[in-house]
Amino acid sequence: MPTNLQGAEIEAVGQRRFVWPAFAMPGLVWLMLLFVVPFYGVIAVSMGSVDPIFLKPQPEWNPLQWDSTAFGEVFGDIFGGTLGVIFVRTIIYVASASLLCVLVGYPVAYFVARRVDKHKTAWLLALLAPFWINYLMRMLAWVNLLSPDGLVNRSLGWLGFAPQDWLGGRPLTVILGLVYGYLPFFILPLYAALDRIDTRVLEAARDLGARPSEAFRRVTLPLSKQGILAGLVLIMLPMFGDYYTPNLLSGSPRTRLIGNQIDQFVNQTSSQGGQGAALTIVLMAVVAVLMVSYLANVQRITEEARR
Amino acid sequence: MTIPRLLANPWGKPRYLRLFTIGYIVWALVPVLIAIQFSFNAGRSRSTWQGFSLRWYLDDAGSVLRDPSLRLALNQSIRLAVLTMLVATPIGVALAIGLARWRGRGARPAGFLMLIPLVTPEIVMGVALFLVFANLYDFVPFGTWAQFLGHVTFSISFVVIIVRGRLFAIGRDYEEAAMDLGASPWEAMRRVLLPLLAPAIFASFAIVFALSIDDFVISQFLAGGASSVTIPVRLYSGARLAPPPSLNALATILLVATLLAVAIATLILRRYGKREGTGGSTADALTQLEM
Repeated sequence: MPTNLQGAEIEAVGQRRFVWPAFAMPGLVWLMLLFVVPFYGVIAVSMGSVDPIFLKPQPEWNPLQWDSTAFGEVFGDIFGGTLGVIFVRTIIYVASASLLCVLVGYPVAYFVARRVDKHKTAWLLALLAPFWINYLMRMLAWVNLLSPDGLVNRSLGWLGFAPQDWLGGRPLTVILGLVYGYLPFFILPLYAALDRIDTRVLEAARDLGARPSEAFRRVTLPLSKQGILAGLVLIMLPMFGDYYTPNLLSGSPRTRLIGNQIDQFVNQTSSQGGQGAALTIVLMAVVAVLMVSYLANVQRITEEARR
Repeated sequence: MTIPRLLANPWGKPRYLRLFTIGYIVWALVPVLIAIQFSFNAGRSRSTWQGFSLRWYLDDAGSVLRDPSLRLALNQSIRLAVLTMLVATPIGVALAIGLARWRGRGARPAGFLMLIPLVTPEIVMGVALFLVFANLYDFVPFGTWAQFLGHVTFSISFVVIIVRGRLFAIGRDYEEAAMDLGASPWEAMRRVLLPLLAPAIFASFAIVFALSIDDFVISQFLAGGASSVTIPVRLYSGARLAPPPSLNALATILLVATLLAVAIATLILRRYGKREGTGGSTADALTQLEM
């Protein structure tokens, strides 16, 4: 009998050891099959060849047989070809749109987080609303307004100005479109960071003789730095892969971004899947810094919550 | 007055800041409100108001109800969102519980793997899924099935984030108390933990529905012909072709569906958070990770 009991005990302990991983298993298997394997698939296609008859990319799953022709072509084009221009343009667009997001987003987040005392929920809802309005719908709204006979051109007409071709390939339209599209995503984490600042810290600064501007510069601003960075990462990640904003607001090769190039390689010209995959990996490498900083941030929050 | 001064004086009235913020809100919302307004236009124009009507929703041959391409998009979006919600939520809840309790060697890498989809640019995930369905899992046809698998893949991590916020807040005390009182681990889970997690689970259903119906990139990369075009994909393909106001009507329907789902999720989280004082971290997790 004692041996039986022991057996049952061992079984119970064994059960508990395996029960939690068992809970996690369906999700982990799903992510392995539909996230990790597809990602390896991107590498395999970028290192593969093109079927000479069907002009279809052939993935090469065996790392020993990898062929870096597609990468060579992509890199050749980046350093001294049209892809290089597209890369520089993407960086300029993303950088200017991000800068504008900080300049417009900070005062707005600061005001609602720190300076509103009545109806704060209503203000917050107004900031949150664009967040859940579909991105394409918000772009559609601007396409309506900016179209040749749209309200913007009509208003200009009433004021005596000539109508403009806003959607005909203007970099400014695309950059402002990016700002319009992604600004809500920047404001939210910044708002959270500003809202968390303990008012007593600011009062202490004031009691110790800091002028309001000094208290802002030396207390509020440093304490909200994490929020600015989190917001920037949050908007720059999708901006680097954006292809729909330039397509909807311009459609011209003059405003073509990396995302457009990937979209074209993969979706439209099937024989260039290899280059598309290689360019996707290059894009991942470019945004890796952003991804890692975001992951580190989430990891920190998780550890704090676990404690 | 310098700009920091305007920002900083905690005793003066922040008049300029208030104006600036109102300006931002007007800029952010008015274009969308105009787009909604013109979905009710009696005429074909999207810039001249010709009176109120529901023709672009119900009556006209090109209305959402009568135009096959718009109706299909609406059907496809809702079908996909419901399917995704029903599958991603249970998988995500189980993964959250497993990751929060599992202390073994695999726990850390597993937790890390769960986070990566959240930071992967959508176009990368779109390309990866497109290539894998084209080359390796070619038994999965492009269209609804591929889109469904893709949507579940990006939704799982959001469910984990929502649920584990509440798991951390609950702690292990209740479960251990139940087991001290003689419950088996399985009973403790079913009769103590799951009821405590209920608000987070219901909120997850609603958020996954909203994420799925809102998605554009994955749906577009994995679409297979006209029958699997979703509302956002339809908005994208139709926006530049001088569309009638029925496209605005379709967008408005999408907006209402998304906002309803998010409102339900928020109400659930706030209500339970207030009653038990443990909802804060869930709401925090939501604001930190919604993207």
